[in-house]
Amino acid sequence: MAELFIELFSEEIPSGMQARAADDLGSLLTKALDGLNPRDLRTFFGARRIAAVLTVDAEIPARSVSERGPREGAPEKALEGFTRKHGVTPTDLTLENGFWVLNKSLDPVSAESRVSEAVPDLLWKFPWPKSMRWGAGSNFTWVRPLRRIACLLDGHVVPFALARDGDDAHGLKASNLSEGHRFLAPGAFEILSASQWQDELETRSVIVDMDSRRDMVRTGVARLADQHGITVVQDDGLVDEVCGLVEYPVPLLGKIDAAFMDLPAEVMQVSMRINQRYFALRNPDGKAAPYFAFVGNLPFKDGGKLTTAGNERVLRARFADARHFWDLDRKTKLADRVPALAAVTFHARLGTQAERAERISKLAGTVAQAMGLDGAQIAQAERAGLLAKADLTTGMVGEFPELQGVMGGYYAAHDGEDEAVSRAVAEHYLPRGQSDETAKAPVSVAVALADRLDLLAGFFAIGELPSGSGDPYALRRAALGIIRTIRDNGLRLDLTELFAQAANGRTGGELAKLPDFIAERLRVQLRSEGERHDVLAATLAGSLDGDLVRLLARTSALSEMIQTEDGRNLLAAAKRAANILRIEDKKDGPHTGAPDPSLYTQDEERALATGLDQAVPAIETALKEERFTDAMQAIAALRPTLDRFFEAVTVNAPEPEVRANRLKLLSRFRETTSLIADFGQIEG
Amino acid sequence: MSATRPLCFQDLILRLHQFWSEKGCAILQPYDTELGAGTLSPHTTLRALGPKPWAAAYVQPCRRPSDGRYGENPNRLQHYYQYQVLLKPTPEDSQQLLLDSYRAIGIDPELHDIRFVEDDWENPTIGAWGLGWEVWCDGMEVSQFTYFQQVGGIPTVMPSTELTYGLERLAMYVQGVENVYDLDFNGHGLSYGDVFLRAEQDYSRHNFELADTQMLLTHFNDAERESLRLAEAGVAQPAYDQCLKASHLFNLLDARGVISVSERASYIGRVRALAKAACDAWLAGEEETSHG
Repeated sequence: MAELFIELFSEEIPSGMQARAADDLGSLLTKALDGLNPRDLRTFFGARRIAAVLTVDAEIPARSVSERGPREGAPEKALEGFTRKHGVTPTDLTLENGFWVLNKSLDPVSAESRVSEAVPDLLWKFPWPKSMRWGAGSNFTWVRPLRRIACLLDGHVVPFALARDGDDAHGLKASNLSEGHRFLAPGAFEILSASQWQDELETRSVIVDMDSRRDMVRTGVARLADQHGITVVQDDGLVDEVCGLVEYPVPLLGKIDAAFMDLPAEVMQVSMRINQRYFALRNPDGKAAPYFAFVGNLPFKDGGKLTTAGNERVLRARFADARHFWDLDRKTKLADRVPALAAVTFHARLGTQAERAERISKLAGTVAQAMGLDGAQIAQAERAGLLAKADLTTGMVGEFPELQGVMGGYYAAHDGEDEAVSRAVAEHYLPRGQSDETAKAPVSVAVALADRLDLLAGFFAIGELPSGSGDPYALRRAALGIIRTIRDNGLRLDLTELFAQAANGRTGGELAKLPDFIAERLRVQLRSEGERHDVLAATLAGSLDGDLVRLLARTSALSEMIQTEDGRNLLAAAKRAANILRIEDKKDGPHTGAPDPSLYTQDEERALATGLDQAVPAIETALKEERFTDAMQAIAALRPTLDRFFEAVTVNAPEPEVRANRLKLLSRFRETTSLIADFGQIEG
Repeated sequence: MSATRPLCFQDLILRLHQFWSEKGCAILQPYDTELGAGTLSPHTTLRALGPKPWAAAYVQPCRRPSDGRYGENPNRLQHYYQYQVLLKPTPEDSQQLLLDSYRAIGIDPELHDIRFVEDDWENPTIGAWGLGWEVWCDGMEVSQFTYFQQVGGIPTVMPSTELTYGLERLAMYVQGVENVYDLDFNGHGLSYGDVFLRAEQDYSRHNFELADTQMLLTHFNDAERESLRLAEAGVAQPAYDQCLKASHLFNLLDARGVISVSERASYIGRVRALAKAACDAWLAGEEETSHG
């Protein structure tokens, strides 16, 4: 048993790639050293290094392996090939179960020998998302120049070099050397063990454990905020990014010049986050606080005075730029920007943003009408639809594309548009992602749906569908946005009808596939919520009910029913009936049409027929009135009748007319179940 | 550095010249045609190609017509200076060299927060890309650091280190000035604004209002034709000069707002084709001389 330690020390690794690279290092080592029984894996990553430590056996023990060769009596050539491949003679082979077999015994392999063989290979093939060449001629690539490799087994260097096939790989060799903080502790130190390495790094101002760095950032920023009675805007992504940029995190607080505090909070926050990786802070009333937090890379000699002043100055310049756009943009009304959208191409085959604005406007009105909004709201939806994309021509959105919508909302409000209109301009991009809120205000909802309906109809009309991996126009996200907005707001809309409106007279392309596309997204969504997707498939029964709310209510009623005992038995009976019909229909089917009561020979047949006669109208009425649980109960109530039927009645009676009549009865049962769902889709 | 006045603009340049001269660089003078960035100088673009080592440093005036702000924005200029260093092959201590050069101009990395922040650099107009960083000092990007991987669509057989300093920003930082026009230019009372404000105002009018777009279009087409003809004849640098002219003419047309979004990509593609042809011609000549 030995401790294997590997550190790859390089120039600064992009923050977003570090965690994945450390994971890859761990799993590739585990795989490559399989024979050494690797365990207790821990990985580390930071701005200039990734590392792994694991426990391995001292050796791969001696073992014997059997290689099966050609069959007894196979051509001479085959046997020759096999012996040549293994460097043995036919006398070394034994005959086992009709095959020639070579039993080889393998010598033990030391951990050192296995590691020194496996690691260089692993490093040459390391899966960086993007890597580079450097130096005078080596083709060894790394994410940025690799400067040191440390590789130790119980504190002893595992000797290997990266050089291969005449490529010196920058002369990189395994050593026992590491480096501390770039500025505070330059130069190498010797590694004795993983734990000594971690301690030594800490004395050399490198916190190599990511969780510790996160903790230093979180608590440090929170403490600084607390001193001013303010709170930090939680941003886990930013914490992680910052922790990948610094080896020794030192949180500091800077002030925001009062002259900029009237900028929209979103503008300040985006500028701070995107451009500067600063944390935004909030006053107790939720408004932006006149401070920002940032994280330095070392405990500064002057306590951070100079660097704080520098960061404050940089932010002033950033905000001066933002102020320039904010002031300039407001000089032109949003409505007056709509014509300029004619110069912005949306997609070569789908025209300009101006044409799109027209379409969204019209469609937003249609959706608003379908939602049952009043005349004023319909007009607001049309107005907001027209203005929705106009902020694309503003300087601020040009600078910060992530502020599209938000800025439009501010500018519309500044122009004196109705509150519902400016709100809809701001909110029509909702939801921006999986975890984002959906729009709730009715006019916003109408525009959000219209935007996505137009997007989907447009791209489906020109046949630009997402492929397995690629979805360049984010059509899946758009479909999911529609589904979530409808569900969250309980909207009773006919999507099929709205797709037709969105198609705007266009036909062909892949438009016909749109309902299936929505159905597929719905399935994926339900599955991610832990729902049974097969139950949805059963209620979809091949075609999408354009009213998603109704569809989902029916699905959940069905889902509940099949969890009851009656439901499970009914399901079994339905499957049994379907199986019988499938087999018998193949012989002389189909067996459809009304059964003839005079051909019933057993009470169980009559009982089933009567049961069905009563259930069908009850189910139909319940479905029509959207009392789905009642509909399910009406059919589940048939269970004892069905059980008795299958127990007592032989469907394939010897008399042909009795058999045919019984098959017709089963067929009628199947039709009845299909009023509810396609039970064949349900698993189990 | 003693506690005297911080470096004036021209002394900053002199310090960098001194530093890189001592490191063995050829100190070159600015290239004599309009460029959008120091990278575009043939001293960088062409020299980055092929198998011959190279080390040079120079100041390059850069023109970005659409960044004109009529002299009213404290941070944005349509004409500014970059200090450009190209080291080929990439030295082992590239990062250390850059940090030492900061010390030489008075930036102490133990007082200031120096960071290497990921930057996948690319310049589609010359078909170039590389990996490296934006180098931050107290939250401000003061340099770009790139390991060139491809130029003119051609992989660099001997990768080079490119260091680009934004001189005005750096000087503003060192002098603690918040308006570029207030920079101390020569340490004897001359400000940056004294030298450049009038030009920024006039060029902004030229770039946005006055430039004759019909003439620019004609010049663009002429430069394109000439560049291809010269590349065909194997004279790489003259061909590349015409490519640079076409690139600047495109930037002017863009600032004048006469290029639509869809046309934009096509213009960039045309300039890239010129860059590629000139780079190919350069490389062909290099291989001839290294084998001959």
